[in-house]
Amino acid sequence: MKTLVWVEHDGSAVKDATLAAVTAASKLGEVHLLVAGSGVDGVAKAAAEIAGVGKVHVADNAAFGHNLPENVAPLVAELMASHDAFVAPATTTGKNIAPRVAALLDVMQISEILSVEGPKTFTRPIYAGNAIATVESSDAKLVLTVRGTAFEKAATSGGSGTVEAVSAGGDTGISSFVGAEIAKSERPELTSAKIIVSGGRALGSSEKYEEVIVPLADKLGAALGASRAAVDAGYVPNDYQVGQTGKIVAPQVYFAIGISGAIQHLAGMKDSKTIVAINKDEDAPIFQVADFGLVADLFSAVPELTSRI
Amino acid sequence: MKILVPVKRVLDYNVKPRVKSDGTGVDLANVKMSMNPFDEIGVEEAIRLKEKGIATEIIAVSVGPAKAQETLRTALAMGADRAILVQTDDAVEPLALAKIFKAIADAEQPGLVILGKQAIDDDNNQTGQMLAALTGWAQGTFASAVNVDGDSVNVTREVDGGLETVKLKLPAIVTTDLRLNEPRYASLPNIMKAKSKPLDTKSPADYGVDTAPRVKTVKVSEPPVRSAGVKVADVDELVAKLKALGVHS
Repeated sequence: MKTLVWVEHDGSAVKDATLAAVTAASKLGEVHLLVAGSGVDGVAKAAAEIAGVGKVHVADNAAFGHNLPENVAPLVAELMASHDAFVAPATTTGKNIAPRVAALLDVMQISEILSVEGPKTFTRPIYAGNAIATVESSDAKLVLTVRGTAFEKAATSGGSGTVEAVSAGGDTGISSFVGAEIAKSERPELTSAKIIVSGGRALGSSEKYEEVIVPLADKLGAALGASRAAVDAGYVPNDYQVGQTGKIVAPQVYFAIGISGAIQHLAGMKDSKTIVAINKDEDAPIFQVADFGLVADLFSAVPELTSRI
Repeated sequence: MKILVPVKRVLDYNVKPRVKSDGTGVDLANVKMSMNPFDEIGVEEAIRLKEKGIATEIIAVSVGPAKAQETLRTALAMGADRAILVQTDDAVEPLALAKIFKAIADAEQPGLVILGKQAIDDDNNQTGQMLAALTGWAQGTFASAVNVDGDSVNVTREVDGGLETVKLKLPAIVTTDLRLNEPRYASLPNIMKAKSKPLDTKSPADYGVDTAPRVKTVKVSEPPVRSAGVKVADVDELVAKLKALGVHS
């Protein structure tokens, strides 16, 4: 089987979620990559070095510069004439593009796969991860999105893919990019961080989040996260949200501070290697999944932890 | 312009799903069902556009069993003008749903179709994007702001690193994210009024759509359970445990 993996990049480097998608694709067969964008020579070169990669298709065109699905999906659909499976990371970009490709191909997409069980059989979470479905496609071609935390990342070196320019596609003229507000930060990205410190509604304000959560994250070199309740209350921006409707994370250590542990939050972090919970309510559901639970007032316990660790 | 708002009847978000012991799915017998929360946000957004004088008519549509009428009545009580039930007892996949909505869009010629970004039961996150592909329209997914301006719409999208705004030519497809708005509750008088609003019943065959599944569910199982670990007595003990894991500054 020949797979085509969508490479998500920031214009210079390949994003981590793509590396997990490459691993998933390699379980199906030969791995080809698609690098689309404007001025993407550097990315294409980096992509060709990913372990196990055969061919890198490069579509360098201003129309692909902002991943507009109206422009990108027809390009992918055209390349799919010579591939059997389209594989994209289940990021907001992948989720935006892949179903549009699937419908152009008249294929039913399989979303957020957790494992590859056979050539056309996969597992995926349903009901916010409260159940796992094993599903089998009967379509001639496959369109998949891959949950990044469920697969190892492919090595970024050792590969020797051949780079090939693609001239297909262009601007459909029905959509355009206006602007973005992307948070710039020295911190690790939430979805690839080794340690995450998350705060919940018990913090009570954005000032307390800054005062209590941020210093611990700074000390550990951790990424910052939050529960939906904390985001909805305006303590932190929406891109901090961990949970079924936010980011799905699986770090080595996850600190849940003042987070009660609603189902939707647990769905986003329960695959973390070690979970540490600090909450003054000893009956909080977060303690049912925590490896280390501390029943304490976070406003005194967390600063103490920060000073001691 | 008209706005088409697809809505789905799903297991209420407050109910914990139980996997059936025979592994065929999640038990939906005698449990509370309600409108998919993301679809509710879609209905609300359509009503706000009507209140601003941008939309002229809101058509709610649902594909599902006879009971999905209740979900449509909820949309009507919130403020939709009329409803279409495409009745079927089969589970309909996003691709077939998109084909049904395409046929309805061809007939109704809406300026916008506003869908939830995903249904909270099968979590597919596909139907809106697929409908956009089939209609050839632009798509603004995971929307946190929707501003119609003449013959185009600016959609602010919740993306991994923050927010992104795209400008789409109308007609267009929008899918909703959580922070787009807070849906209103239907008032009692409006619930009463909704009972007399028009609701047409159709079948997938009326739209020439084959709903036979492309993806077979082999089995549904419980996720691996994570058992609780230990409670530590104080910060000292927590620091010791973390240091043993190699976690320190």
